Parts: sequence; structure tokens; C-alpha cells
Amino acid sequence: MSGKSFLQKSGPLLLVAPLFLFICLFFIWPLGSVLTQSVSDNAVARLLPETAKVASSWDGQSAPAEGLQAAFVTDLRAATDEQAVGDMVRRLNSAQSGFRTLMSKTLKAVQDKPEGPIDLVALDRKWSQPQYWKAITDALSPTTDRYLLAAVDLMRNDAGEIISQPPKQTINVAIFGRTFWISATVTIFCVLLGYPYALLITVATGWKKQALLAAVLLPLWTSLLVRTAAWFILLQEQGLINSALMDLNIIADPLALIFNRTGVIIAMTHVSLPMMVLPIYSVLLTIPKNLMPAAASLGAHPLRAFVRVLLPLSFGGIAAGSLLVFMSAIGYYITPALIGGAGDQMISSFIAFHAQNSGNWGMASALGIVLLVVTIILYAVYERLATQRERSA
Amino acid sequence: MQVRPIGQPYPATEKGNGVAEFRIRFDGVSKYYGQQCVVDKLRLDIEKGEFVSLLGPSGSGKTTLLMMLAGFETATEGQILVDGYRVNDVPSHKRDMGVVFQNYALFPHMSVGANVAFPLQMRGISKAEIAGRVKTALDMVQLGALSERKPSQLSGGQQQRVALARALVFEPRVVLMDEPLGALDKNLREQMQLDIRALHQRLGLTIVFVTHDQGEALTMSDRIAVFNKGKIEQIGTPRQVYDEPATRFVAEFIGETNLIAGTVEVVEATSVTIRMNGGNIVRVAGTDGLAAGQAVSVSLRPERLSLTQVSGTDASLPGNTISATVTDCVYQGDHLRVQLTGAGDASYIVRLDRRSAEPQRGAQVTAFFSPEDCKVIAS
Ligand SMILES: Nc1ncnc2c1ncn2[C@@H]1O[C@H](COP(=O)(O)OP(=O)(O)OP(=O)(O)O)[C@@H](O)[C@H]1O
Ligand SMILES: [Mg+2]
Repeated sequence: MSGKSFLQKSGPLLLVAPLFLFICLFFIWPLGSVLTQSVSDNAVARLLPETAKVASSWDGQSAPAEGLQAAFVTDLRAATDEQAVGDMVRRLNSAQSGFRTLMSKTLKAVQDKPEGPIDLVALDRKWSQPQYWKAITDALSPTTDRYLLAAVDLMRNDAGEIISQPPKQTINVAIFGRTFWISATVTIFCVLLGYPYALLITVATGWKKQALLAAVLLPLWTSLLVRTAAWFILLQEQGLINSALMDLNIIADPLALIFNRTGVIIAMTHVSLPMMVLPIYSVLLTIPKNLMPAAASLGAHPLRAFVRVLLPLSFGGIAAGSLLVFMSAIGYYITPALIGGAGDQMISSFIAFHAQNSGNWGMASALGIVLLVVTIILYAVYERLATQRERSA
Repeated sequence: MQVRPIGQPYPATEKGNGVAEFRIRFDGVSKYYGQQCVVDKLRLDIEKGEFVSLLGPSGSGKTTLLMMLAGFETATEGQILVDGYRVNDVPSHKRDMGVVFQNYALFPHMSVGANVAFPLQMRGISKAEIAGRVKTALDMVQLGALSERKPSQLSGGQQQRVALARALVFEPRVVLMDEPLGALDKNLREQMQLDIRALHQRLGLTIVFVTHDQGEALTMSDRIAVFNKGKIEQIGTPRQVYDEPATRFVAEFIGETNLIAGTVEVVEATSVTIRMNGGNIVRVAGTDGLAAGQAVSVSLRPERLSLTQVSGTDASLPGNTISATVTDCVYQGDHLRVQLTGAGDASYIVRLDRRSAEPQRGAQVTAFFSPEDCKVIAS
């Protein structure tokens, strides 16, 4: 074959290459690294290479042998990166409380005596207890499921069985629940508001149609932050809404609209509405105009005609819109942060907290993974339903 | 069958007494879209069991009239009566009229059977009875075997028949059809015309049928209402509108015709003499209130003209004669179409039997026709 035919064959592939590279670089690679982060655990193994070598010879029950202790001391002497040491101490302390004081004592001893063996047990009685060594050897494994388990409020006990975390520490499941609840509420409000609106756009003509469409599209072209900030102003105690209602003597005292769930749902519904209206509108456009008159001529009351004809035919649009709204809603961060109270923060805020404030990338990644899995499951269910309907249609 | 009346008694003083002779009456009905008058003070009576076609050019207001009857549009003025009751304000779902739309309007998400069952379900009929009636209706249009299919899995003609079955299954008092055969090919269309016609006769249906295909209207209807610009130009049996067009528009719209302008010379007891532009004098049967000196048109159907090679007027030929020159002759399978030019550059179309000898181009011929075969239209 000539070079030309190779070019002809690979030409189309070359055209998609930039997109392919882009996706790999900015989507698949970060996703992969998040996945890795959520299960990797090398804060300890990185600093204790010698300990790792001899760790397998220890039976895990008795007080550790001299060799292990010596290797540990060697590793501590070699560890100069203070931040890495800090990470390790934090990691060990989270597995076994008491490690922080133990380690600072030990590290100081190691600094004071740069040469020769150190009797750790003499330094602190704790070093004779196997559970401290167990914490170290456990943490040496490069992979862990502790973040993923913790993301759904589970943990492993000393015997390695999966149990739920003590009630005081369970927070993630509640936050996931809150996230899904807020998202579901927003989705339902979006359907209730978006469907009639899409219907209105479909039947409107001329400039009215343009105006209605613009009212949906305009917010889409405005930054999310700006829209949220607008709601921040509108929902204030002395904001436009409250003052208007009070001026009209509809209410005597201002309604509590901001820093609570109500405000979050109002603002999120508005922000998500275009994602509901547009898919429904596009489906409504494809429904022949004469089906509703036909139903009426066959004796169907308008409401029944709607339920039997228009609603089933536009179901695809509602499902697609709901999926879009729900999936984007569970990732909301700015809107609950600005407009919600402490009890309205969604999972994204906690992911951000773990990533930025506490530097716990493993936890942040694990929460992200849980979110991703839920989204994928939802999407799979949607696909399943959609293909079923298609087959029966 | 005793039909439950819909709407209010009309006139308001008259009780709904069931003596209405007409199933449907349009009483001075107009429809305006803004300033545009689409239907203009229209009067039309349709009897029970009658098949009436609304025939007219595009935009003449046929669909609009049908939609007002079905209740999808409101009349700007006038009364629409069904069985003597005014139905202007009755919503469409209570009018009890089966409508067949141009593109069928089948519900795509329902099976054929469910489509046909729909009007019965809306009437709260029991499941068992629905099953029986759906089956009967589908058998009637020979689709009994396809009731599980979705409309998208049917051919155009089959969909059309489902739409028909759906519009008939609830035994509506009127069936309205808006160009239901427009999307079908010629053979299927002719088959469906006969099918609908047969159903009409068998079930004694009252049908209002919109079309702009004159052949269709002639084949199917008891009466044809010829529409033009929101008005009915003429209403009558197919024979009446074809043979005795009342206006120039009807003559031209239905079938092909030669329209020759002229002036009335003499009015006699049973006929009139007309001097046509170009000098020919013709006698036409019927007087129709014509007066001497009046400007008129004579409508001459091409197939009513005969030709002879002999030129000049010949006393032996019956009726009227016109001398002319052959300018064109085309063989069209079932007939010969000859184009003539006569005195004063008047041109005529003649339709000859396909077995006739083809006249030569440029030949001098005489066209002749009897006084009964033409029609004077006041113009
Ligand atoms: N909703 C409307 N708004 C404004 N004008 C309309 C509307 N519907 C119909 N018209 C006008 O009314 C006139 C008659 O329309 P109609 O549909 O009744 O014609 P038709 O006789 O059915 O023609 P066709 O044979 O093409 O179907 C047309 O000039 C059309 O432009
Ligand atoms: Mg029409």
C-alpha cells in the first residue's frame, strides 16, 4: 500500500487527535489521579523504606524484634522533609491515637542522637505495645480503602472487619443524604416550573417566543457566581423580595429567605432551570401539533389529553432535563456556600474543605469518587429506561 | 338512534325538539384573522347521512371552516348548529365529531389497538366492550391483524385506515376529514376513495370532506361545495357543478373548459343566441334570466366538442359550428388533445376519442356542439 492510502485512512483519526489528547490530558488523567489518590496511602511508606523491608518478618503479635526497631530509627534519621514527616505523623495518629506525642518524643530523641542504636522501649513504654507497630506496618501498604470507607462512614476495626464508625464521627452519609435531598427537591421544582414554561415557549409565536427563549438563555450566558450574587441581594432580609412583600402588606415581618434551605433551593432552582427547560422544549418541538386537537376530537378533556398524550410523549425531555439538573445540582458549591446556612452545605463544600484546608487529598478524592459512582449509576438507570422506552416505541 | 343533543337550543326561543331537518347548519358564519376575512358570512346546510365535499383552491378557507365545526377555532360571527342546537361554545371534546387529519395525527406512543380504543376509553366504556368494538372497527378497515403494531410500523395507507377506524369507532354524529388522502399515491388514493365511499353508504355516516382535488370530490360526494375566498361559489351534485357551473370560477376550477366571452343577441323561449368575440354566433339552451345585450361567457367542455375536417359552415352539421385552425395535437393515451385557434384569435381545447384520426397541424377544421352541451355564465 502506498503512503497516500495510509494518509487517507488515518486522516479522519488525525482530525480527532487534538480532541482525544485534550480529553486524555484534562479529563482522563485528572480522573485517574483522583482515583489513585483515594486509594493510595504512601505518606508513611515513602519515609520508611528500610522498615518496609523488614516489616514482613514481624508476626504482628509480640513486641517487635530489634531489627524492625533499628530499621525504623534508620528511616527516621534519613527523613529530612519536615512536611512529609508531619504528614506521616498525622496519618499514624489518625490510625492510632497517641502517636503524635509518641512521635514527637521519638523524633526529638533521634535528632539528639544521630549515631548508634536507640532503645525505643526505654524511651517510651508505648513502643512495647504491638498496636503502635501494627499501625506503622499497616500504613506501609501503598493502597488503602480507609478513605473510601470513611467517605461512607465506615471503618475497619482491629480485626480488619468493616464496621460503621462511632456515631460522633459519622457525618458523610448525612451530608450525602442532604446533598441528594436538596438536589432532588431542586429537580422537582425545576420540572414543575420548567415544563409549563417549555410548553409556553412551544405555543408562543413571534416576539413572545423570542422573549421567552431569551429569558431562559440569558441566565445561561451569565456567570454562575453573578447569578448567585444576584440572589444573595434579592433574598436579603431587606432585599427586594422582602421589601416588596412588606410594601404590599402581604407580610408583616421579613421572611427568612437567606442563610437557610429555602434560599438555597430558590437560587439553585433558578440557576438550574435552563437545563430543564431546553431539553423539554426540544422534545416538545418534535411532537406533531395536531395530536392534542385529535385527542380533543376523540372526546378527551384537555387535562386527560395532556396526561395520556402530551406527557408520555415528552417524558424523554423530562427525564433528560431531570438527569442534567440533578447531576449538576449534586456538585453545587458556590450557591449553598453563599446563600445557605451551616446546615445547607453540600458535599462539594466538604470535598473542598478536605482538599484545601486539611490537605487530606485522600479523603477529598474518596468523597469525589462516591459522587462519581452515584452519578454513573443514575446515568446507567436513565440509559436503561431510555432504551427500554425506545424498544417499546 | 336517539342522539343526545349538544349545545344550546337555537333559536333560543325554540325548544330543542329534534325536528331539525339538517344535521349541520352554518348560519352566516364568518372568521377573521385580524383584518383578514377567511370565511365570509357562509351559509351551508348538510343533511343527515350526506357526503359533502368542500372543494376549493389553497387558502380558500376550507380547513378553517372544518376547524370551526370541530371546535378548534371559534367563529367570529354567525351560528354553527348541529341537530338544531347551537354549538359555537361547546368545547371540541364534547362535540362528538370524528376528525381525520391530513397527516393522520395518530398517537405515536400507542399501539394501533390503543389508538382506536382511545375515544372509547374517554367515554368510560367497559373494557370488554372496548375490545369488541376495537376489533370490529379494525376489521372494517382490514387491519385486524396489526392491532399490536405502533403507527410508525405501518405504511401510509395503513395509518390512514387506522385514523379512519379511530374516527369512526365511537359512532360520531359527523365525520370530518381534512384532505385525508393527500399523502397517498394515486392507486392507493383511488382505493381509499372507494373504501370511504363504501363505508359512508354502509354506515349511513354524515361526512364533511375537505379536498382540493376535484376528481376526488366528483368521485366521492353527494354534493360539492365549491369554495373561493371564504365564500361558497356553488353547491350542488357533482353533475350540477360540472355540467352547469354557476360562475366562471367554478367552470374553470372544476375540470377543463373553454370559456369564450360574448354578448347576448336574442333571448328566445328556451334558448339564447350569443355573438361570441370573433364573430361566431352560437345558440345555447336555457335562458336563466339573461337579457339581450348582456356580456356573458360561454363554457364549453373540451370533450363535448366534435371536429370535422370540412372547413366553413355546413348546414348539415347539427347545432353550433366554429371554424378554426389546428395549432397542436397531442396523444394522451386515453384521448387526443387538440388545440384550435378560431376567429379573433380565440383558442379552444378539444378532447377527441383516442381512436379518432389525428388532425394535421395547420389543417382547417370545423368544431361543432349542440346547444345543450354548453352553458352561459353571466360575467
Ligand atoms: N392561525 C391563523 N392565523 C392567521 N391566518 C390564518 C390562520 N390559519 C389560516 N389562516 C389563513 O386563512 C386562510 C385560509 O386558510 P385555510 O387553512 O382555511 O385554507 P384551506 O382552504 O384549508 O387551504 P389548503 O387547501 O391549502 O389547506 C389562509 O389565507 C391562511 O393564511
Ligand atoms: Mg387546508
